[in-house]
Amino acid sequence: MALSLDSTPKVVPGEKPGNPKKRRDKHGSWRVAIKRDWRLYTLLVLPLLYLLIFRYLPMVGNVIAFRQFQPGGSIFGEKWVGLKYVTLFINDPSFWQAFQNTIILGVLTLVFCFPMPIIFALMLNELRSQKFKKFVQTVAYLPHFMSVVIIAGMILQNFSMTGTVNQIAESLFGHTVNFTQDPGWFRPMYISSEVWQTMGWGAILYLAALTRVDESLYEAARIDGANRWQQTWHVTLPAIRPTIITLLILNIGTFMAVGFEKILLIYNPLNFATSDVISTYLYRVGLESSNFSYAAAIGMFESVIGLTLILSANAVSKRLAGTSLW
Amino acid sequence: MVNKSSIADRGVLLKDMKISRGMRIFRVFNLVFLLLVVFLTMYPFLNIIAQSFSSEGFINAGQVNLFPMGFNTETYKVILADSAFWTNYGNTLLYTVVATAISMVLTTSFAYAIAKKELKGRSVFIGLAVFTMFFNGGLIPNYVLISSLGMRDTIWAVVLPNAISVFNLLIMKSFFENMPRELEEAASIDGLTQYGILFRVVLPLSKAIVATMVLFYAVANWNSWFQAFLYLDNPDLFPVTIYLRNMIAGVTTAGSAGGTAENVGQIAANIQSVTIVLTVLPILCVYPFVQKYFFSGVMLGSVKE
Repeated sequence: MALSLDSTPKVVPGEKPGNPKKRRDKHGSWRVAIKRDWRLYTLLVLPLLYLLIFRYLPMVGNVIAFRQFQPGGSIFGEKWVGLKYVTLFINDPSFWQAFQNTIILGVLTLVFCFPMPIIFALMLNELRSQKFKKFVQTVAYLPHFMSVVIIAGMILQNFSMTGTVNQIAESLFGHTVNFTQDPGWFRPMYISSEVWQTMGWGAILYLAALTRVDESLYEAARIDGANRWQQTWHVTLPAIRPTIITLLILNIGTFMAVGFEKILLIYNPLNFATSDVISTYLYRVGLESSNFSYAAAIGMFESVIGLTLILSANAVSKRLAGTSLW
Repeated sequence: MVNKSSIADRGVLLKDMKISRGMRIFRVFNLVFLLLVVFLTMYPFLNIIAQSFSSEGFINAGQVNLFPMGFNTETYKVILADSAFWTNYGNTLLYTVVATAISMVLTTSFAYAIAKKELKGRSVFIGLAVFTMFFNGGLIPNYVLISSLGMRDTIWAVVLPNAISVFNLLIMKSFFENMPRELEEAASIDGLTQYGILFRVVLPLSKAIVATMVLFYAVANWNSWFQAFLYLDNPDLFPVTIYLRNMIAGVTTAGSAGGTAENVGQIAANIQSVTIVLTVLPILCVYPFVQKYFFSGVMLGSVKE
């Protein structure tokens, strides 16, 4: 996609693209460019090597989804087996359960975790004391800087049988709930902790956008008789709309990867019915049971859906809202 | 009709204006809401600290909330006397320093080159980086690759695979793009090469962005666990996050066995809290002083879309 940006020759009016003289110029200009900027190109060598080895080689490595793979053998597998592993997971009920859980958790994350930072940013924006605003921000960003291992530890402790959440549950309903093991409680536990973790830092880009709103727009709105709500609705929200849309597209792009590391740390076999998602399932199949090809097939399916989602979200927003990532 | 103030003119106009009842109610509600956010964000941290200083009996009975019950520092002594804990802590420090250094070299040189608008092939290089934000090889091919490169059970499996964060790269690139061109032109007239310009002109003027990037990478590396979890088998190489993860995993299994195992789980809850506190402590100490750099980093990156 992005690769095609430069490989298609730009057609300049008045110049024929197929012109052989032009082609020679193109080669010549590369020579000139390298002669002039060779130092810049040397700066690029290591980073590009990094991308090639650690980012693009694994993409090619996905061929093991269609090939038999032997641990210790070639990273590209031994021999072609066609769609064997794809049909295998399509007929695997555990995969479809994980698929369904992924979709549900993804939708819940979008519904609950996406709007909260916007609301939080707008409410912070209404504060008149800058000192208090700074204080609230500083505290609210804190969870973002915690390791997911620490977050997982806190979740398991707070939701444990003697944890704070159960103390509240007991005083309200008279009995405790096994939050960390009951499949019915996994989603509320996951989503509430996700809101806790992401609300503060998620607001930062909106706050950045809010500082750039032209003050005269508010003045004009006030002169037109707009009250505070109307000002928010007609001035503030339109001003941060591009940020909202950009972040929405990015969120849709990571939809399939829902909190893999966190789920891996907080789930257990007792709540797999609701907690097992595609990424955790392929982790178990691939690395705990060593079915590399099978897991690679699932992983590829996941990445392709992710890429499709972000491309279509981008296309839709380009058409409807005029905002897009590229 | 004009009875509301905005942020900028609040000082001037406030005295002259009547504030409506609705607005006043909103402000109170807003304040309460934000105080609640502050409390709920802080609570789990305070709770962990309280648990870490409490004795098992009170944790078992579910009585520990904001304050320690049955003050107890025994567990701290046990953990602090555990040599594995210190080895792992040292590893975390080592991995953070090495990984951050590698990341900074790669990210800075990459960002500087692609910030040059006249660089031929620039959009290809940018595209190559950006594409990896939306599509990646996935867990299994990565695992196979790292294993076949012989990086298992070495520091490289932890510090190399995520060396470049494209997000950080783009922030740095837009910072370099916004630098006045005249500076570099003057330097090149003075006879500096592109290396000279980068090291003697651009980098000294980029201390703020470099500091921000170092912080972003350092925090990410300090907190990372999954690479280590996948590729390190030797406990002497574990970072402290794995030390903690193994403790948490132990608690979940003890808890699920029920009965007396529940007690084991609760004793472990105290040990776990202590470990969490000791792991979080460096970040908590540094955080208030450096958090403004994080914000300014995001601002720098988002100024130019």
